[in-house]
Amino acid sequence: MATVLGFYNYWVVIVLMMAGLYILISRYNLIKKMIGLSIFQTSIFYLYISIGKVENGTAPILNDDPATIYSNPLPHVLILTAIVVGVATTAVALALSVRIYENYGTIEEDEIRALNAGEHEL
Amino acid sequence: MMDQLPALQVMLPMTMAPLIVLIRNPKWSWLLATLATGAACLVSCLLLMQVIDGSVIRYAIGGWEAPTGIEFYIDRANAGVALLVTGVSFVTLIYAYHSIQHGIDSSRHYLFYTGWLLCTTGLIGMVITGDAFNVFVFLEISSLSTYMLVAFGSDRRALVASFRYLVIGSIGASFILLGIGFLYAATGTLNMVDLAMRIPTTESPRAVLVAFSFLTVGVMIKAAVFPLHGWLLSAYHHAPIAVTAFLAGTATKVSLYILVRMFFSVFGEAYSFEQLFLNWVLLPAAIAGFLTMSLVAIYQTDLRRMLAYSSVAQIGYIIAGISLATQQGLTAAVVHMFNHGMVKAALFMAVGCILYRVGHTHIPSLQRLISRMPFTVTAFIIAGLGLIGVPLTVGFVSKFSLIQALMERGWWAAAVLILVSSVMATAYVGRVIYLLLFRESRSETAGMTGVNEAPLLMLAPLYALLALSVYFGVFGSQTLRLAAGAAQTLLGGYQ
Amino acid sequence: MKIYPRQHHRVLQVITRLMVPFVLMFGLYVQFHGDYGPGGGFQAGVIFASAFILYGLIFGLHRTRKVLPPSTLRWLVSFGVLLYAGTGLLTMLLGGNLLDYDVLASNPLSGQHWGIFAVELGVGITVTSVMISLFYGFASKR
Repeated sequence: MATVLGFYNYWVVIVLMMAGLYILISRYNLIKKMIGLSIFQTSIFYLYISIGKVENGTAPILNDDPATIYSNPLPHVLILTAIVVGVATTAVALALSVRIYENYGTIEEDEIRALNAGEHEL
Repeated sequence: MMDQLPALQVMLPMTMAPLIVLIRNPKWSWLLATLATGAACLVSCLLLMQVIDGSVIRYAIGGWEAPTGIEFYIDRANAGVALLVTGVSFVTLIYAYHSIQHGIDSSRHYLFYTGWLLCTTGLIGMVITGDAFNVFVFLEISSLSTYMLVAFGSDRRALVASFRYLVIGSIGASFILLGIGFLYAATGTLNMVDLAMRIPTTESPRAVLVAFSFLTVGVMIKAAVFPLHGWLLSAYHHAPIAVTAFLAGTATKVSLYILVRMFFSVFGEAYSFEQLFLNWVLLPAAIAGFLTMSLVAIYQTDLRRMLAYSSVAQIGYIIAGISLATQQGLTAAVVHMFNHGMVKAALFMAVGCILYRVGHTHIPSLQRLISRMPFTVTAFIIAGLGLIGVPLTVGFVSKFSLIQALMERGWWAAAVLILVSSVMATAYVGRVIYLLLFRESRSETAGMTGVNEAPLLMLAPLYALLALSVYFGVFGSQTLRLAAGAAQTLLGGYQ
Repeated sequence: MKIYPRQHHRVLQVITRLMVPFVLMFGLYVQFHGDYGPGGGFQAGVIFASAFILYGLIFGLHRTRKVLPPSTLRWLVSFGVLLYAGTGLLTMLLGGNLLDYDVLASNPLSGQHWGIFAVELGVGITVTSVMISLFYGFASKR
């Protein structure tokens, strides 16, 4: 039991990741797919942030007491970059969805596939 | 200034990209983009000359020495890949000027060139960086701009292709991010040289194993290794043809380089291949890839789609070379990486010339095109022979050395299967060449009136690339010697 | 996006008018405090942009566009990246490595200070203008 609860951050990551992947695979709607992808990416952000925590560590801001234990700031810096990348990915995907909607009149993947199959190959 | 070259290589295209957004004139933005990639190409030439003797350049960004800071790490293996990226980018960018006139509104051309430059920046950065997390950042820079470039395709299906690529590519990139996270948790460093030193003595080998699995799958998605190639087919088919030529020559090759770097330098050959038996994962995937994809390519009626299938098959050959994990196998893989990059880019460029004049790439309707577009068709035939691997072409050099390497290891069956796949390549390329040269029936040549040769600005870069590939084919021993050096560097790990 | 008639949502409008200066101020604080404490261009850019987005949600796109036209935004996006890249090129011209701020001033300490200031400003400007551009781009679709 202790091993299960002791690693609760990993369990949260696994549950979030699987939920995201499941949405990504099972939904046809492009926006829902993007929601799944975002959840999937968020789970990775969470993993990074949770492994940066040091027991009894404070925020990594230098103070005068030499005995202070700091949390590791590097994973946070890294994941800040990854979050920005995630935002950019979402923006590109939404822009594409808008363009797809303008061109096809739908954002359901199965309907788009049917429309594509109807077009003569040129 | 010479010691600033590694940074300059990345900064040139990166600085030009926002300038082009400010200028917005289609002609000027093309000219500036071409100049920037041309200069970057020159810089990679100079860098390759500096490290060709096996030396290493380590460039500390911000003056912070590794492993504290981020560094660019350049040896003869990745200097060559950087030269391939900048060279193909430069050549296809010249070609793109006419090629994107149809289909893309001229008011949006500047966005196209901005995306192109950012993609080049990302690809060069991925190759020369010595920091694992930086690989992810540059990978995303190149991927996001690639999604944008693919969506520029004239057909509305380009949008769907781009979206699919975005979803699969993001999953791949997230896997890579996850792998890097586990590596950092297990070793406490992100510098690749430092990682290579710390991985063998880590206290948590299980985390390293997890990191290894995630990184392998993530990079294999990006490299379109069979059976993770789904995104490549529709993206190559529907993207603007100049983009397809650019990506076919660079993007998958860069990912394959990352794969090799990871297997041999970061984790080490002993870990990847002796402890984990990676070759029993890679080799079946490679063989299944080149057999099925070559077979499917025979039945394609669209020239672009046929070449896309063939690309996946060729990646199979490279993976087969990597899975050997010997000096010879890796040499063959490196040579094939370069040769296929050049040949496939040239083929897509020739197809682009056809698309530019004829308006479609439906194979049966292209009968006896040689009477209308002699130079384009000649170029296609030369490049096509290179793809099959006819003697005196680059394809022969790399396939011959690959088969030699397989036989040396005693994997006869795999060598025979490569020959079988080559026969299939002869079938699909030969069928197209036959149709381009001769007429089968009189009925299907309508719509060809008024079709004439492609403009010089499209043919010149195409022939320049072909001349280079023919040179490397005829003087194959030189190419092999250079690749052997690169393979030796990769196998040796970090000093 | 539906633009609500002005007489409705009086409470929201008043609160927004009150909030926007403070949000902008907080954004600037995070931006310029970032070289010594927690903060920096990314966070500040998003906070700064959120003020404009809030204003746009309540008072409509039309009025926001008057304050910050899309053409200015496009210029700002490039300017931020150029500021970053320009700082990098400047350090190279002055004889240091890429983004080695030590060479920017007479002593390394103030050099580091100026360098990180310029780079974070570039990041902040770009993030702000990209976020607002995204809002404009999607909000103007029907």
